[in-house]
Amino acid sequence: MAKEYSYYPGCSSQKGASSSNLEKSVETLCEELDIKLNPIPDWNCCGASIGYAGGGELPRMTLSARNIALSEKHHPDQDIVATCAACWLNTREVNERLLHNPKLKEETNIALQAVKLEFSGKKKVRHMVEVLIEDVGYDALAAKVKKPLEGLKIAGYVGCQTNRPFGIDGESFENPMYLDKMVETLGGEALTKYEKKVACCSGALMFSEPEKGQALVKDIIESAYDNGANMIVTPCPLCQANVEIYQDDINARYKTNFNMPVMYYSQLMDVAFGRNAKDAALDGNIIQSMELRKIADK
Amino acid sequence: MSTAVNQAMVEKYKGNFLKEVTENVEEGNWVKMCMQCGVCSGSCPLGPHWDHPPQEIFMMIRANKREEVLSSTSMWMCTSCYNCIARCPRGLPITHIMHGLAHYSKRIGLKPKNQPTEKFGQMFWDNLTKKGRVNELKLGLGLYFKDGFAEGVKVAMSKQKLGMNMMKAKRMSPMEMLGGHGVSDLAGFHAMLKKAEELEAARVGENTDKK
Repeated sequence: MAKEYSYYPGCSSQKGASSSNLEKSVETLCEELDIKLNPIPDWNCCGASIGYAGGGELPRMTLSARNIALSEKHHPDQDIVATCAACWLNTREVNERLLHNPKLKEETNIALQAVKLEFSGKKKVRHMVEVLIEDVGYDALAAKVKKPLEGLKIAGYVGCQTNRPFGIDGESFENPMYLDKMVETLGGEALTKYEKKVACCSGALMFSEPEKGQALVKDIIESAYDNGANMIVTPCPLCQANVEIYQDDINARYKTNFNMPVMYYSQLMDVAFGRNAKDAALDGNIIQSMELRKIADK
Repeated sequence: MSTAVNQAMVEKYKGNFLKEVTENVEEGNWVKMCMQCGVCSGSCPLGPHWDHPPQEIFMMIRANKREEVLSSTSMWMCTSCYNCIARCPRGLPITHIMHGLAHYSKRIGLKPKNQPTEKFGQMFWDNLTKKGRVNELKLGLGLYFKDGFAEGVKVAMSKQKLGMNMMKAKRMSPMEMLGGHGVSDLAGFHAMLKKAEELEAARVGENTDKK
């Protein structure tokens, strides 16, 4: 029987939005692993990391509390699962902060009366990666591999918000190993010496401070080349976008010649599990990995 | 409103900025716990760009450097990477305190002028609260035009290739110009946020009332 979860997709995963390829590839992955993601009805934005400029503490808490309360109402027995790093972080953080602060919880629930909802905080808020590691397991993932990612050297870029302040259970902040383990499970070569594994891509400041942001991303890509990578893989939609789509700008600014594919873990899994390029949403990447496509087309 | 609140705060907390931060800034009650080790400043990805890195901000708060702290661009350099939180030996939620200080500086009208992240952050908030979900296309275009029309056309032209790439990959949609995604219970969503904003304003008001 399918494992069911209360799913929080988030704004960037919507049709025609910047990580719609993550959404598509996760959908395929869930078909393969018999996982059913039930979207939280009428979910709203979590406020991301930059919401604090306009939103104070309580309005921001209320955003995620509404999503959690909707999930508690409609999917009472299912853990909340998010695929986006910021969505996961905010939802989990609000869940914990409201439980630790009775006054904040009380005020949040007063605001939630406007939508006839109540936050209780009884749910676990999990990242999709935790579902794969804890509920499916590396062995079960390995058993699904039909086309191993042989010969692919992959730099696992975990980034920030999937890793701090919560991180994946049992992993360290400075050197989490799960992404490397996933790559090895799929038959690829994990570049475990990749120095920029948990470095920051500048997050939302890529938009407001492009020069400072591109300087950070330049180092993230350069280190992947130094380690002989064919591609970077990441679990985070903003990391993916920031590291992939500004490579032309970075090349112009720094006289570099970068053309480094940046894939999602879910795309690698889809391909390794035998699904085609379309199901793995490879067309959603601006910089294609010909090596990965070759395996998908095999 | 902001200058009135600012004046009220100055009068209430005369010479005790630490107390003002403790009572009014998100997670501000943690500031007194800082032991000035500097791990936060050394861990920040944009550390070199802060006029005053977090460790310094904490000491300046204790030293009553009220205007210098609140009008600083420093807090607006936070990328929300949570490195400082993960590494702080005293367990201070430094990321949240920086967000809190930045928000408070806006609330009382001392925010730095023409700070790009402050502007973009406000645009982001206005964008998401309008329909309950972010409209990436309008947000992106708004960002291009934040410094006026002529500058906007220039930026938009320079980003043409990037936009085409994103559209080709179906990760940007011109359809978002017409309505776009949003929550269905928009009236409820707006009423909820309004209530939350009222409750929060009342909390700050409460602090200025009782002298």
